[in-house]
Amino acid sequence: MATKPRVKAPKTANAGEVVTIKTLISHPMESGQRKDEAGNLIPRNIIKRFEATFNGKPVFAADLAPSISANPYIEFHLRVTETGELKMIWIEDGGATFEDTQTITLK
Amino acid sequence: MLNRRELVLGGLGLVALTSLPTLALAQDNGAQKAIDKFTGGKAVGEGKLTLTMPEIAENGNTVPLTIKVDSPMTDADYVKEVLVLATGNPSPEVARFEFSPASGLAQADARMRLAKTQDVIALARMSDGSIYKASTTVKVTIGGCGG
Repeated sequence: MATKPRVKAPKTANAGEVVTIKTLISHPMESGQRKDEAGNLIPRNIIKRFEATFNGKPVFAADLAPSISANPYIEFHLRVTETGELKMIWIEDGGATFEDTQTITLK
Repeated sequence: MLNRRELVLGGLGLVALTSLPTLALAQDNGAQKAIDKFTGGKAVGEGKLTLTMPEIAENGNTVPLTIKVDSPMTDADYVKEVLVLATGNPSPEVARFEFSPASGLAQADARMRLAKTQDVIALARMSDGSIYKASTTVKVTIGGCGG
């Protein structure tokens, strides 16, 4: 259902610099409001949570509701104080998860 | 995402009521309850928090939003969370963003569905417990909630 997330993050940063991280994941974000041709409600299935950590420490997270558009775009920020790994995880209603990792190196 | 237990307001003092954000709505989709749950009856300030959305959304399926809070984002003074609510969608919850000092900047962007012209509300909770509110009206020409 969801394809690999796409992330735009800088590869390097100066110590103390605040960088912008842009993320996009393909997902229908089925709200549970739509009906199929037979008139039955299509069950809800959305990405319900997004979490970002840097070297294991929480940076940013988002709980998403059906009011978030299909193919959720989430942009957030990170103050870089050391070289490390930005790990991102998208969690779907049923528990399936999608992940991406970006390395950011201190200049 | 949001707990749907009934909020018992009986214990709140009347003094708090004048500073609670109360929506003047023809129909309430549950947004008022969600606001009350977030604020817990606490006074709400204006300023610091901005919610930016287009005035007119041509397509209600995807309308950009930006929330930003003026905060130093240090361990002593940072934004904990920002809740975004839609007053005219089938359900009021849109998103809840969690920040930490490591965010560096309390700003998040996303895209939301709008079923019709309505007010969108943002509420921010700071590390010292203070709460701020911002809202904006978005006119929608083609609704986007699949209805």
